Amino acid sequence: MTTREMTSHLEEALSRWEEQTLRPTLARLPERAAEFTTTSLRPIKRLYTPLDVQHLDFERDIGFPGEYPFTRGIHPTMYRGKLWTMRQFAGFGTAFDTNKRFKYLLEQGQTGLSVAFDLPTLMGLDSDHPLAEGEVGKCGVAVSSLEDMEVLFDGIPLEDVTTSMTINAPAAVIFAMYLVVAEKQGADWKKISGTIQNDILKEYIAQKEWIYPPAPSMRLIVDTIAFCTREVPRWHPISISGYHIREAGATALQELAFTLRDGIEYVEWCVRAGLDVDAFAPRLSFFFNCHNDFFEEIAKFRAARKVWARVMRERFGARDPRSWMCRFHTQTAGCSLTAQQPYNNVVRTTIQALAAVLGGTQSLHTNALDEALALPTEFTAMLALRTQQIIAHESGVVNTVDPLAGSYFVEALTNEMEQGCYEYFEKIDAMGGMIAAIERGFPQKEIQEAAYRYQQAVDRREKIIVGVNEYVLEKEPIEVPILYIDESVAEIQKERLRRLRARRDNTRVRRTLEALKEAARGTENTMPYILECVRAYATLGEICDALKEVFGEYQEPPF
Amino acid sequence: MIADPSWATSRRAMGERKIRVLIAKPGLDGHDRGAKVVARALRDAGMEVIYTGLRQTPEQIVTAALQEDVDVIGLSILSGAHMTLVPRVMQLLQEKGLQDVVVFVGGIIPQEDIPKLKALGVAEVFLPGTLLEQIVHVVRQSVKRSLQTSE
Repeated sequence: MTTREMTSHLEEALSRWEEQTLRPTLARLPERAAEFTTTSLRPIKRLYTPLDVQHLDFERDIGFPGEYPFTRGIHPTMYRGKLWTMRQFAGFGTAFDTNKRFKYLLEQGQTGLSVAFDLPTLMGLDSDHPLAEGEVGKCGVAVSSLEDMEVLFDGIPLEDVTTSMTINAPAAVIFAMYLVVAEKQGADWKKISGTIQNDILKEYIAQKEWIYPPAPSMRLIVDTIAFCTREVPRWHPISISGYHIREAGATALQELAFTLRDGIEYVEWCVRAGLDVDAFAPRLSFFFNCHNDFFEEIAKFRAARKVWARVMRERFGARDPRSWMCRFHTQTAGCSLTAQQPYNNVVRTTIQALAAVLGGTQSLHTNALDEALALPTEFTAMLALRTQQIIAHESGVVNTVDPLAGSYFVEALTNEMEQGCYEYFEKIDAMGGMIAAIERGFPQKEIQEAAYRYQQAVDRREKIIVGVNEYVLEKEPIEVPILYIDESVAEIQKERLRRLRARRDNTRVRRTLEALKEAARGTENTMPYILECVRAYATLGEICDALKEVFGEYQEPPF
Repeated sequence: MIADPSWATSRRAMGERKIRVLIAKPGLDGHDRGAKVVARALRDAGMEVIYTGLRQTPEQIVTAALQEDVDVIGLSILSGAHMTLVPRVMQLLQEKGLQDVVVFVGGIIPQEDIPKLKALGVAEVFLPGTLLEQIVHVVRQSVKRSLQTSE
């Protein structure tokens, strides 16, 4: 039979089934809803058949793991070779507090560190800045100087662990602090490995922790990428993030499309700065969210690899297969957690983590059950880690590569995600690129709209959230103990900063800050200058302020 | 600038006008999904809503509340700084004679802080998962109550 004959045969068979089997059933027992949709409100068909994937070609679209277009995974053996890195995001209070939590997590079998910084640090403000009041150490660890960074990694050999740092606007400064700590430990920069998030575009789009306007921010990012390719070759200088875009309310497709389009923007800037695409592209990494809708998420991850491979090979002409690989970290969806009946969050997180693993993630953070209320306690953080360990060792899903490949549904959804990305790329390209799109509020408005539509669906109970709009309890049966960060953290930080400023060589601090400003005004790579400031114990706030003098500050346009 | 709260109260007491709400993001927190969704829901429910934008100090928020002559302030905080920022807003409202403005807080707030916030005069605390219709309902009821007590 030719393909066309097979197709028409199948179409006939499907119509026969609809007529003879489906119709009488629907007449007797109508379906529960007129339309079934994903968490992203994407309509899903009753049944998927070979007809839904007839235009797909196995080798071109699905293929083999470890080979272009990497739909099935970036490694030929995936989790048979090596499990994903279990990397739990942690950070609170002072560097002393977080250092203790890191050591605890490493003892529990965690395989990589992931640092959460507090809001003042994320905004490039020292703990003693007036705007930092009430925020010090609250949603992450407070790091204002090299001294804090030394405490944070005290007793943790940086050549032996990999560290991910969620830091964006001041990423170059925090990275410089990490490098100087490594230097002081005697660790070789060529051997240390980890990630800085360093993704300012998603800050403008979703997370909103920016300092400088887009152009100088992009320049700092290009500087860190260029610096890493020469000096810290095993480091991932950027983690292009969809996580926050999703948390802000984006659909799965928007998360994927905006994130990959951000990736395109970074590659364009690096290429324009004269970097060879194959020199830096293998070190780019991504960071995605994993929400509740199991198959939609798996399709998103598979599509991410496929689209990125095509973008890198076709749009940028990358030749090194490592440049084509979309390697990514995943975090389960914080926004899916409920404050109501918080123990249910363990179940949600398990489903999401399983989807991330079936989607082929390289590393994973599972949220703790209490995160809709506060930061996780030691116990809930351990339970979240155990969730991953159970998936890895007990569920059996790791035994074969990309087990859902060939599912009519999953392949059709993967393809829809891919095509949806190209449509968004075209729109954004037509606007003049991602920065132009951001300046006119395009991704922001798309996300706000999606967030509102979703909330309305929940309000109308078209989407059921267990314990929230269905199965509600009048009184919570069990109280969740809370990790409480008090104001003593701020006091300790203020005192440490006061002493540091009195003790250090302030002439050297001023000299290095002046040299940085001079470099920032020109076109030289700023990283070596930032490193000098850090070595002189200039604080995070001082370094970021010096750059503010040169770069100015970003103001969000109203829309 | 409208700085005469007695005039504002009498105008409100006349009933006719829409409920005016200031949605504010105090502190450094950039998570504005909730603030924007709630702002839109209140707008769709027929209220006039002013959104301050990100990173407002308590002083800026109270000044905006005064200038915009609002009945309600919704404070959205997900960063854990609520026990510093909310008391400051409440104190400034007192100082400016705006104690009849109804204040709501929404965000990541531990259970044990809710009674503390209410003791400061916060009318209600909305946690993640609160339905929009519930927020709209509670805002309407509270404004009604506040008008009755201030008359």
